[in-house]
Amino acid sequence: MIEALALLLGALCCVAAGAALQWTLSRRRTRDERDLGTPVERATFHTLHTAALAAPPLRAGLTEDTARKAVRRLRSLLGTPALCLTDLDTALTWDGAGDHHRAEAMVLVADVLADGRPRVVGVACTVPGCDLRWAAVAPLEVDGRVLGALAAFGPDESPALLRATGEVARWVAVQLELAELDRSRSRLIEAEIRTLRAQISPHFIFNSLAAIASFVRTDPDRARELLLEFADFTRYSFRRHGDFTSLADELRSIDQYLALVRARFGDRLRVTLRVAPEVLPVALPFLCLQPLVENAVKHGIEGHPDASRIVITADDGGSEAVVVIEDDGVGVEPERLREILAGRGGPSHGIGLSNVDERMRQVYGDDHGLMIETGVGAGMKITVRIPKYHPGVQVTAPPGPAA
Amino acid sequence: MSGSYALVAVAVVSAATVLIGALGLRVSRTTSDFYVASRMVNPRLNGAAISGEYLSAASFLGIAGLVLTQGREVLWYPVGYTAGYLVMLLFVAAPLRRSGAYTLPDFAEARLESRQVRRVASAFALGIGWLYLLPQLQGAGLTLQTVTGAPRWVGGVLVAVVVTANVMAGGMRSITFVQAFQYWLKLTALLVPLIFLLLAWHADGSPTGQVQHPVFQKTTVVQVDQAVRIRVPDPVQVTVDGTLDGQAYEQVPLALTAGVHTVAGHTDLTFPAHAQVPSRVDGAAGSPWGRPPSADHGSHPLYAVYGLILATFLGAMGLPHVVVRFYTSPNGRAARRTTLVVLGLLGVFYLMPPIYGALARVYAPDLALTGNTDAAVLVLPERLLGGTGGALLGALLAGGAFAAFLATSSGLAVSLAGVLHQDVLPSVGIKGFQRATVLAVAAPTVFTLVASDLPVADAVGLAFAVAASSFCPMLVLGIWWRRLTPPGAIAGAVTGGGAALVAAGLTMADWFPVGWPHALLAWPAVWSVPLGFLVMITVSLATPGSVPPRTDATLARLHLPEPTRPTRSPGGVRR
Repeated sequence: MIEALALLLGALCCVAAGAALQWTLSRRRTRDERDLGTPVERATFHTLHTAALAAPPLRAGLTEDTARKAVRRLRSLLGTPALCLTDLDTALTWDGAGDHHRAEAMVLVADVLADGRPRVVGVACTVPGCDLRWAAVAPLEVDGRVLGALAAFGPDESPALLRATGEVARWVAVQLELAELDRSRSRLIEAEIRTLRAQISPHFIFNSLAAIASFVRTDPDRARELLLEFADFTRYSFRRHGDFTSLADELRSIDQYLALVRARFGDRLRVTLRVAPEVLPVALPFLCLQPLVENAVKHGIEGHPDASRIVITADDGGSEAVVVIEDDGVGVEPERLREILAGRGGPSHGIGLSNVDERMRQVYGDDHGLMIETGVGAGMKITVRIPKYHPGVQVTAPPGPAA
Repeated sequence: MSGSYALVAVAVVSAATVLIGALGLRVSRTTSDFYVASRMVNPRLNGAAISGEYLSAASFLGIAGLVLTQGREVLWYPVGYTAGYLVMLLFVAAPLRRSGAYTLPDFAEARLESRQVRRVASAFALGIGWLYLLPQLQGAGLTLQTVTGAPRWVGGVLVAVVVTANVMAGGMRSITFVQAFQYWLKLTALLVPLIFLLLAWHADGSPTGQVQHPVFQKTTVVQVDQAVRIRVPDPVQVTVDGTLDGQAYEQVPLALTAGVHTVAGHTDLTFPAHAQVPSRVDGAAGSPWGRPPSADHGSHPLYAVYGLILATFLGAMGLPHVVVRFYTSPNGRAARRTTLVVLGLLGVFYLMPPIYGALARVYAPDLALTGNTDAAVLVLPERLLGGTGGALLGALLAGGAFAAFLATSSGLAVSLAGVLHQDVLPSVGIKGFQRATVLAVAAPTVFTLVASDLPVADAVGLAFAVAASSFCPMLVLGIWWRRLTPPGAIAGAVTGGGAALVAAGLTMADWFPVGWPHALLAWPAVWSVPLGFLVMITVSLATPGSVPPRTDATLARLHLPEPTRPTRSPGGVRR
């Protein structure tokens, strides 16, 4: 009897303790919620949070996939039964009830697409259970051009809904504008790479051909060899496809480039290459070392017209390959170098250094920009660290040309 | 004693490792005779490097010791260590190379496009690497103690310091040459003494009868350092200096009856010639690198053999220091050829340790009694040949053993530092990698110093088992099954590898010393590998929505051969 009583008491104590714990926790929770602000503030937070979730898909541009992902979030923001996002030709996505109206969506938004003014449009429907009677339609305007429309459907004609739809449409348009900006930035970098390739041509080609010509009579074998180097080099540099190459290919191209330069300068340019075979398969952005070597050759010849020296090493640094390009030439004032890297170097310095730096940062992150040690008259040492593996970086092999 | 010769050999091997590392590629070239393509690491060199890194002390010393104590059952060890590369050749080598991954976590991320999977893979790579590094450091201590009498911690610290200093000084820049050199050094160190030993054995009349039941060739003094219980097969007249069966003796002749006797530590027993060698009764503190299947406290030999086969066949592909070497191959085809070369080189190497073991059964059976079986390879030249020749050959073997410790440890250190550098430490740059190296080596070194008497005996075998249960399912399914999902990979690796890891911990802590529980924990691969596969497949099938979006493209890249590149313009011939 006493045992049973003790047991009961013990059980009661346990339950009481549990309840007390729960009560404390729930009090803390309500206090936490109070700490999060007034209902109005919380509604604002909620709205901002939803908008933030909808933003990433839209930043990739306006497609069916991105529209579907974004509209799902936006409909909860507007609180309408159905929401539709269109581009100029088709309804990209329909979220919510009344999917049978999707076919006529383009007719409903046609006027808005034409004049870019938001309005409320009536919807005729005979399907039982469907209460979509009105649509608030607002245009997606980017840079003064209408790219599409956002249509929110509801049972009543509501000015508030029209206003809200207009605001959301403007927000979507801003995101699309940012997407456009992203695209134009990557287009700019692509254009710069194209310029880099084009930049190789004039002077280098004239000089190389002149140097080769000087050997045609005296040393025909060497001339032939150099012509082949020239062909290989230009084929690699003018390659049209693929963002990445292997260190072996890039170094081979540098090797060919240097052979042609040495044909022109002879003993005035001494080059040492030291490469650890372990790092040859490393993938890296296409043409990201060669501009640095060109730079070194230019500075070296400027600094020591009689005997300039260039050392290129590629070492195995564990999970990275470390490439160092060093010349004993004129060097650059650090302040001036900063300007060049920021892209304000002016046309005379070309776009080599800043382009390589920017591409390295873009691909591998800010830790992997160029490391440059230089001073006026002290030569220049550029260190490039290339991770052996980075997600998305793959050697894109050239299709074999007729061999 | 061959101590001084051996010390010189160890010093020479260490110095050569550092020198080749530092100078291997210091031969500068000018552009005129520099041609990149011809300098790609070819499969023969890379294969030798992988073999050099793979052949640890367990192979160099351990197998002979096991043959000495257990006989032919342990031949499964060399077979398993080699056959792991056959599995790798068939299923993993080429696709792994084509994935572009440098480490196993890299592969996990490339295939499954998930940071979480990468983190799990990093954790396992670290766990396996450290589990593998422990016995290397402890073994180095034992070897140095055997040949020079130095305290046990010296060898481990020496290896740790040489490896760390070498990596810090940038000496591992030409790691491929260093490791390839280590392979040929190890092969020579075993082959040359073996030829002399076999000649001596032949001159001795090729005694083989005692291989099954070892007898003492001549009057032998057995020095027992640690207490041991022995079973004497026949009554024998011995001289005892020390404590036997609780009684203290001082150079007293004594008739030992047949049966079990207890010998206390620091006791010398002198056996007459042609007496049968007694056997040890308890296996505690037996051979440091792996308890053999059948001697596993006398339980379940068949199960143990299957455990061994599964772990070694499937575990080799999950060893972090082996996989990074494949990155050096220029493409998938070269990776496959490299694996083939490795198979050949390992096959040749593994012919020799069992012969040492068999010779030790004839000429050094007393080692089985004292438990110092790993010294079998090292003492044979002295026993068979004696004199300066024997001492020199013994020194060569000691040098080879040290090469084994150095090669495996530096390979592990570099790959572990890679994992730490990329995924754990937030630092950047070359300095970051060097700091990671210090951490990668320091952790197990401190562990061996603090817990030097912990039985890490099975650590290599258990590292194989953990690798087989975590990375093998991830690699095989990742390469060959397109419905693998990140949640599935995580769940499978954590369940399978985690179970094997727990079993490893319990075995080291010696929780279940006998019976089925011990067998299950000491050889977990039999159940943990299927468990890993099963969980990975089940969870993947249950989460079809999270198949990575670029799976098809990734698999195509893993399996399609790379296009061959033209090396020269049409008609171009390089002279």
